[in-house]
Amino acid sequence: MSRIETFPRCEASSGREQKPGHRAGLLLMLAVYSNPQWLTVVRAAVERLTETLSFPPVEGASITRAVDEALTNIVRHSYGNRLDQPIVVYFRKTQRQHDGQVQNGLEILLCDRGPAIDRGQLQGRPLEEIRPGGLGLHFIRHAMDTVEFTRKGSTNRLRLVKYLAPANSAL
Amino acid sequence: MRILARRNDKTTILDLSGDFAFANSPAVRQSVLREIRERRSSRVVVNLTQVRHIDSSGVACLVEALKASRDLGSRFILVGLSASARQVLEFCRLMKLFENYESESQALAS
Repeated sequence: MSRIETFPRCEASSGREQKPGHRAGLLLMLAVYSNPQWLTVVRAAVERLTETLSFPPVEGASITRAVDEALTNIVRHSYGNRLDQPIVVYFRKTQRQHDGQVQNGLEILLCDRGPAIDRGQLQGRPLEEIRPGGLGLHFIRHAMDTVEFTRKGSTNRLRLVKYLAPANSAL
Repeated sequence: MRILARRNDKTTILDLSGDFAFANSPAVRQSVLREIRERRSSRVVVNLTQVRHIDSSGVACLVEALKASRDLGSRFILVGLSASARQVLEFCRLMKLFENYESESQALAS
């Protein structure tokens, strides 16, 4: 078995893209090991992708930060800081109807093969508390329109979606 | 990430460059806390001019350093925050807690 086959596979998770094997809308797929060294490469890719999709710079930075924090959580909590565990990130085009208009968006699906996560732990600390830690989830929820965590078989899936304001829609 | 320490009398300036993130925030934390707790610098200035990205672990490191400096009665100062770093600290409602200046010379004159 080649090493790449150890990476989790995730079918598309939203709406009409749910047919198994259906790859429409796939923009980019990144398969990385859980070594924090590679997060800078992922950040650079997400930054360029959001630029290409015409997200405003501030939103692009927020999306990049959200993906970075999600990957950090996988490395720390799902894989316990092991450096050699597989993570796959899918980037897809998506759409929704909003106020009578079609709104284009970017769907990001992060998949890992760590143990099932206790959803009760998926809460950041209150922002009013001044202490280190517990901020990553706040960054993710603040940046994205949709944040969904699911477990499918032996795979943890975190689905993040951000929609473009209609004037910026270049997808 | 590169961490360069410059010391002058009771002031330490730490120049950081690169991404202040999960992969290297432990090294930054160690350097900053060493200056505050072991070297007992009365003023630690962290120069972030060359930092492109800061994540929650970077923010946590800054908060811990701020608390350590307050406990010991020293000053902890940030210099050269990028728009992105400023955005992150404001979102975390931490911006007003940090003494910060645009430039190193302003920090040293303060």
